[in-house]
Amino acid sequence: MTILEVRNLHATVEGKEILRGIDLTVSPGEVHAIMGPNGSGKSTLAQVLAGHPAYQVTQGSIAYLGKDLLDLDPEERAREGLFLAFQYPVSVRGITNAYFLRAAVNAVRKARGLEEYDPIDFLEILQAKLKTIGWDDSLMNRPVNEGFSGGEKKRNEILQMAVLEPTLAVLDETDSGLDIDALKTVAEAVTRLKRPESATILVTHYQRLLNYIIPDRVHVLLEGRMVKSGGRELALELEARGYDWTRPEAAVA
Amino acid sequence: MHWLGALRKQAITRFSQVGFPSTHQEDWRFTNVQSIAEGAFAIGTPAPNTLSEAQLNELAGTADHEPRLVFVDGVWSAALSRLSGLPRGVRVESLSHAVLETPEIVSRHLARYAKYQENSFTALSTAFLRDGAFVHFGRDVEWDHPIQIIFAASGSEGLAIYPRCLVVVEERAKAVVQELHTGAAGRYFTNAVTEVVVSSGARLEHCRIQRDAEDAYHVATTQSHQGPDSVLESCSVAFGAGLSRHDVGAVLDGPGAYLTLNGLSVLSGRQHADHHTVIDHAQPHCESHELFNGVFDEQARGVFNGRIVVRPGAQRTDSKQTNNNLLLSKEARADSQPQLEIYADDVKCTHGATLGPLDDTSMFYLRSRGIDVREARKLLTYGFGADIVGRVRSEPIRRDLNRMLVDRLSRLPMGEMPS
Repeated sequence: MTILEVRNLHATVEGKEILRGIDLTVSPGEVHAIMGPNGSGKSTLAQVLAGHPAYQVTQGSIAYLGKDLLDLDPEERAREGLFLAFQYPVSVRGITNAYFLRAAVNAVRKARGLEEYDPIDFLEILQAKLKTIGWDDSLMNRPVNEGFSGGEKKRNEILQMAVLEPTLAVLDETDSGLDIDALKTVAEAVTRLKRPESATILVTHYQRLLNYIIPDRVHVLLEGRMVKSGGRELALELEARGYDWTRPEAAVA
Repeated sequence: MHWLGALRKQAITRFSQVGFPSTHQEDWRFTNVQSIAEGAFAIGTPAPNTLSEAQLNELAGTADHEPRLVFVDGVWSAALSRLSGLPRGVRVESLSHAVLETPEIVSRHLARYAKYQENSFTALSTAFLRDGAFVHFGRDVEWDHPIQIIFAASGSEGLAIYPRCLVVVEERAKAVVQELHTGAAGRYFTNAVTEVVVSSGARLEHCRIQRDAEDAYHVATTQSHQGPDSVLESCSVAFGAGLSRHDVGAVLDGPGAYLTLNGLSVLSGRQHADHHTVIDHAQPHCESHELFNGVFDEQARGVFNGRIVVRPGAQRTDSKQTNNNLLLSKEARADSQPQLEIYADDVKCTHGATLGPLDDTSMFYLRSRGIDVREARKLLTYGFGADIVGRVRSEPIRRDLNRMLVDRLSRLPMGEMPS
């Protein structure tokens, strides 16, 4: 079964149309990269997938694992295995990372009829996850994202992804603001967490993340439309030539 | 006349001159104490054995700490206090006892910091000073075990209670004090004064928790005085009382003094809590960090007034003030007023305040992790309180306070749920 089928998706925010007919099919095991200049609608697509209430879908459909995604609240989408790594992770005062992660995992487990983890059990699971991605627990007892550096915030998103084991992970500009070492750490973790039954969508402005996470498909988003799709070589071409040549009018001229 | 008698007389004279404050006075603009003035509150006959140990523990809501000094309706209870096992150099006793034992220490400090000339409630409390708590750490004595002081009210109708605390931490000593005000259901009036002295190189964590009955009135002054290179970590929590007002004053009176002054209010119904703080940077190279969070549901109302004074010559002062207010219902209200008075030029002073409902972006973040709306609201609200609780250094106090926070939050209706 395909994981995600987006058909002719139109979406607005505050009455302004940002997405103007998106089609996208994602199958298990695939990594898709969605690239485009600022303001092209990349982040809007990511937010719409996660169900941000500020965005209105005005046309089209999204099927996720055969279900109508637009019927589901954000928390239901998460429980069904959809995960969004935020471009700007939110800080939560007073709640430690460890507590937050356990609350998230337990919310998902409860919805699936599984037993909730107690703090001790969860600590073991968390330690194992951290080990898998080669990180330490230095951020665990700090309030979620509070006073975190840009890199720490992005790393924290990936840790949440690791713990929640999503079927579809959408990484929104996870590479932005990272130095090359942080980028490598994050990319390695994403690669290590790949499972055959899951898929990843990378939303990015730059090609450099794709040096470390090799995409199966690359799509170019411009002014709310997918204007080009291709293999990895498309990303390299974008790196070399920029985005202008992908504009439909450029092909005519 | 005995000096204490003279002090009381001066204080009552002062109070009769000034009377209760009115909302026409700038400092009392948001807090109307007419109901206290007209409440016919009177001091009663001491009856220290009106609470059983079980009742006290229930009201206190803390783990069974020792040492603990207990006052019922302002009167020392020998039966409920537990004072064995104090290390050498640590004194925890009733003030009336200390006045007899070491009058020179008590008279050197008592009523020297909380000035009855400047605050009419302090004058009133000092006028009726009968007993209180005395904590003294001698030079170089270090003990991180919390000293618990409990002022419990029996809930007697119309009773006026005037608790007093004097905490003196001598040079290089280290102490932890928990001051708890609580009471059984009833309409009573507590007017407390606490004075705290942290001498040169000394360190004190002082956590004050007010969980009086919802029909009670609670007015208090806490005044601290710090010497050079001293550290004071102070926390003021308001969970109870129908109307409460806490004036917190801190004087950093020696170079290198460090102060954290935190506070938390969690209120609902028609509760009103007013925190007025004054941090006085009297000397150079001192640092103060102030963080007050408030959670207000239903028609509750919070007031925060944070005054920071940097005296001439108090160069290299580093001061930060933050006040966050969470309004869980449309009827809840909070007023926040920073007041910076800076008379030195080489200083770093910042302040900031937030006010409003739970943030939509935070709600979406939590929901995107599988947490439903109701749980997300609970978690973010808890975080507001836990932000303060988590900064308490003493683990036993932190645990107590966290338990009280969870209990207090469980009694919030949390406003109407969004659809």
